[in-house]
Parts: sequence; C-alpha cells; structure tokens
Amino acid sequence: MASKFLVSNRTGWLMAGPSILLIAGFIVLPFLFAILFSFTNQRLVSPNAAEFVGFANYRQLLDVTTLTVEPERDAAGAVVMEDGAPKYPSVRSLTRNNPDRPDLNGMREWFSFGHGDSRTYVLARDVVFMKALVNTFIFVLVVAPVQGGLALGLALLINQRLRGINVFRTIYFMPVVVSIVVVSLLWRFIYDGQSGLLNNLLSALSFGAIPKVDWLGNPSTALGAIIAMSIWQAVGFYMVIWLSGLQTISPTLYEAGAIEGASKWQTFRYITWPGLRNTTVLVLIVITMQAFALFAQIDVMTGGGPLDSTQTIVFQAVERGYGKQDISGGSTISVVLFVIVLSISLIQRWLTREKS
Amino acid sequence: MAQISADNRGLRLATRYLVLGLIAVIFIFPLVFMLMSSLKPDQQLLEDTASLRAFLPVGDVSLDNYFAAFHRAPVGLFILNSVIVTGVTVALSLLACSAAAFAFVFVEWKGRNLMLSLILATLIVPFETIAIPLLLVASKLPWIGVEGVTWGWLNSYRVQIVPFIADGLTIFLFVQYFKDLPGELIEAARVEGASWGQIYRRIVMPLSGPVLATAAILKFLVMYNQYLWPLMVTQEEGYRPVMVGLQYFFQLNRAWGEIMAYLSLITVPVLAFYLYLQKAFIASIASTGVKG
Repeated sequence: MASKFLVSNRTGWLMAGPSILLIAGFIVLPFLFAILFSFTNQRLVSPNAAEFVGFANYRQLLDVTTLTVEPERDAAGAVVMEDGAPKYPSVRSLTRNNPDRPDLNGMREWFSFGHGDSRTYVLARDVVFMKALVNTFIFVLVVAPVQGGLALGLALLINQRLRGINVFRTIYFMPVVVSIVVVSLLWRFIYDGQSGLLNNLLSALSFGAIPKVDWLGNPSTALGAIIAMSIWQAVGFYMVIWLSGLQTISPTLYEAGAIEGASKWQTFRYITWPGLRNTTVLVLIVITMQAFALFAQIDVMTGGGPLDSTQTIVFQAVERGYGKQDISGGSTISVVLFVIVLSISLIQRWLTREKS
Repeated sequence: MAQISADNRGLRLATRYLVLGLIAVIFIFPLVFMLMSSLKPDQQLLEDTASLRAFLPVGDVSLDNYFAAFHRAPVGLFILNSVIVTGVTVALSLLACSAAAFAFVFVEWKGRNLMLSLILATLIVPFETIAIPLLLVASKLPWIGVEGVTWGWLNSYRVQIVPFIADGLTIFLFVQYFKDLPGELIEAARVEGASWGQIYRRIVMPLSGPVLATAAILKFLVMYNQYLWPLMVTQEEGYRPVMVGLQYFFQLNRAWGEIMAYLSLITVPVLAFYLYLQKAFIASIASTGVKG
C-alpha cells in the first residue's frame, strides 16, 4: 500500500530548495543584515570598512529627555516679560557646551509646555524622526478602526440579496487594483488649493461660504488628507475579507435568530459579530501592518512636508538609507519599525485571544 | 393595504439603490476624472475642475495628450519593462512556490517542518523593513552573464525579479490548497508507479487552477504596482517600470493633460483585466482571509 507521502530527503529539498534559498537570501538575510547594520556605520558606498558602533545609532534616533527651566529674572527678582509672556533662556544656550548637562549637546527642542512660571522642554536628538513616529502612530490609530469599520459597513451593505449587487461590489473594490502611486497623483488634483475638486465641491455646496484650503500644503490638514485618501483606496480590500468572513457564518444561526424574533441590531450583536472574530483579528493585523508601511502616498503627495507634518517612519528610512546612502541609519529605523509592528500584532493577538 | 405595502417596498428598494449608487460615485469619480482629463488640453482641464464638466468628455476633446506623452517619455519602454518584470516574476513565482508547497504537503523530508515554520514566520516581516539592507545586498551580488562575472545588480531586470519569486504568502496559499486535495489520487498514482515529477505535473498542477489564479493575481497586483523598490534600484531609465517612469512627467514644464494620459495608459489595462476577471480577483483577495 503506497501512502500519500514519499519519504525522500532528496525530492523534498530539490523541490522546496529554490524557494528556501530565495527566501533565505532575499528576506531572512536582509532582515538579519538590518539588525547587524544598525550597530555599525555602514554606508551604501564607502571607501572605509564599516565599524561597530554599539547602540550609537539607536541613541541618535531615539534619545529623548526633558529640561525644565525657570524664567529669566531681573536684578530685583521679578520675572522678565517679553511680549506679555515670561522670557525663558533659549534652548540652544542650555544644550550647547552646558557643563552641567553634557548629555544635552546636540539635542533640539521637540515641543514644550508651561506650568506655573516654569517651562518644560521636551528635547530629542532626532526631532524629525520623533515627528515621523508620532505621525505614523496617528495614521495607524485613525486608519485601523475607521477603515476596518467602514469596510465592515460596506460588506454588510453588499451582503444583501439584491439584483445587480455585484456591480456595486465591483465598483467599491476598483481603487484596490489601481496603483497607490496613480491614486495619490489623482488625489493631488482633488486636494489642490486653487482648482481642486474638493474645494470646488465645498464652495458650491456652501455657495462660496467655505474658503479654499490648500489641503496638502497646510500642516494642520495634510496628514488628515492623506489619511482620508488612504482609507478610500484600500477599504474595498478589507470589505472583501469581511465578506468572506460573513459567508462562513452558518445560515441556520440566522434562521434561529429570526425564529426567536431578534431585531436587526440583536442579530448583528449576537450572531454576526461573534462569527467574525477571526476575521476581525486578521483585518486589524493586516491594516496595521499596511498602515505602518506608509510611504508611496507621502513620496508622491507631500515629500514629508509641510513642516514635517507628514513625515513617516518608512519615508525617513528611505530618505536616509537611499537618499543619503546611510544604510546604518535606514536599517536602524527599519529595526525600530519591525519591533513596533511585531509588538503591536502580538498585543492585538493577545487582546483578541480566545477567552476560555 | 397591499397596495401601500407594495409602494413602501418599492420606496425602500429605491433608497437602497440610491445609497449604493452614491457610495459607488465616491469610489469611481477620481477614475472618471482621470480618463476625461486625459482627453482635454491643459487650460480646459483646469477650468473644468470648477464644474461637473470635469467628469464629462466635453469641449476640445482629442487624443493629443497621449501622443504628447509618448513623445515626451519612452512610455513604450516603461510599459515593456513592467510587462517583462511582472510577467517573469509571476511565472517563476508560480513554479517555485507550487513546487515548494508540493514538497511541504506531499513529501516527507528532514527539515520539512522547520523550513515551513521559518517561511511562514517571514509573513510578519514587512517588505519596507528589509528594503534598505536588501538594497545593499543587491548592490554587491555577483552575476554571471555573457560578459563574465559582474558585481552589483542595480539597474537590471533581475534585481526587480529575483527577490520577489518566492514569498511566504504564495507558498502558504499553495500549501492550504494542496492539503485539501484528495490524497487517494496521489496514492493511486504512486501505486501505478508514477514518479514525483509526474505526479506534480500531471495530477496536482492540472487540479490547481483556482489557486494558480489566486496566486497569479495577487503577485501581479503587487509587482505591477510596486514603487519603493524599483525607485531605489533603477537609477537608469532603461530598466524603469511604469510607476517609476512617472517621474519623467514631473521634470521641467509640467503638463497635466499628459500626466493624465500616462496615468490612464498604465491604469486602464489593469482595470480592464480586473473587470474581465473580477470574480477571480475578488475570490483571490477573499481566499487570503478565510484561512488566515
């Protein structure tokens, strides 16, 4: 009796070998290199051999500290006022050649807040990366629930028996197959400050009452504009994943619910939602991983500006690793990104674990 | 009474279609705008954004922008590069990943479980986190060609193809599919003395239509729309794919009509392909979800 399995090391390695080699060489090796390079000063092209630098790259990237300062006082001890606000010594005068705090050398102001008379400065060695980190987290924290939720809404809408419903499903999914580069360029027209479609629509709807906004050129709207577009582009993808989840829920459960006289909300709350448990985990993890990788939109639409308001982790990694040929700097950012993505997906798995 | 409830039903149905239709407009209007604008001269294109004319083929409509786009940039070359890179990668990927999955599902060998777990573990490594060190690796790799051994893969087709042939997701899709194939078929073939190469070619592959379509579509979308990697590895235009070739249109004097024509040119074939095979496209996305 022949079994389904052949016991043969040769056949196994022969057939799986090419894939194993390729994955080892182009995924595992670069991944290990990323970790290795992050401890060196490796550059893309350099006459000197790379040197081991320990945690210097991480310190350069992530070092953050606070500095609380008292306002300047005049000879009589009264607070010196300037333009109606207390005057503080400049941050630069405190970080440069400060014999008391040599560790502050090279750090810059990230942001500051006042309390009482004194003022606390939060200093970072790499302010741009800190902004990139915060922007990326904002992006993920908005996109994951909103895109996931809207996608579920669309899936429920599409999951009804209606003539021609497939046409709508096809249209909602359409932006997914279009390159994000193409989509980003098209949306530059929508967001344009002068003849943008969005401005024209808003001003037509309000009879000219809403002033024109340069959506991508304004630091307070640029990230929001990119978030909205990104949600629009990929929501159809997650709609399809929710749909396939909806179709795994047994119809007999719905029949039972109908017999019991469950309302629409009760049906969703007690049958649909529990049935989508695994899909929810999958959708959240995939959206989060995608969102952390935010790059093309930034590169095409804003280049990280205005005023670093759309800097992101991957954009910074590419700008350093490729733009400045600083492989070690880019690799360090990559490792930080990987650690973030890994921890978040582990946390998500733990939060949504099967409760027994 | 019956009359009223029938009217009610009609109204509710109309509302449903209205909602579905409005949402459809949100998803489709940028694409309509792109196609219509590609037909208009720049001046009119910008003026039309103030009204619904932006979405209609009205005014001075012609294919001039398309001719101008071909004139401005080696558009044909970019398209050819994309077709070569995408086509070759998809084909090699189907071959390598299906063979690997075959070995994982049907063959018993030392290291099998360890290798499979390692491959599946790579699923949590986003490409973006390895792109920078991969760039260094690619810039130093040797290649044996007609001119002997050369070093460095930058500016070539192979640098865009080889790293993407094998990936965890594609192997995972094949493994899942092969596990559900009836084992008796394979046993029967073994009894009749078929070799493993024959079983792979004559039995398993002919039964794998759906998973081949799924894997091909997913790989096609990823490869054709790729941006970050080709941007880094093709400094010379000779090997640039369509998405990177776009940069051409942002140098010197920017002509929006030509940009729209180029965008339409590189998007419409994919959209047509999608509309033609939309069931398979959607099924392939869905299949990544069901078993994950």
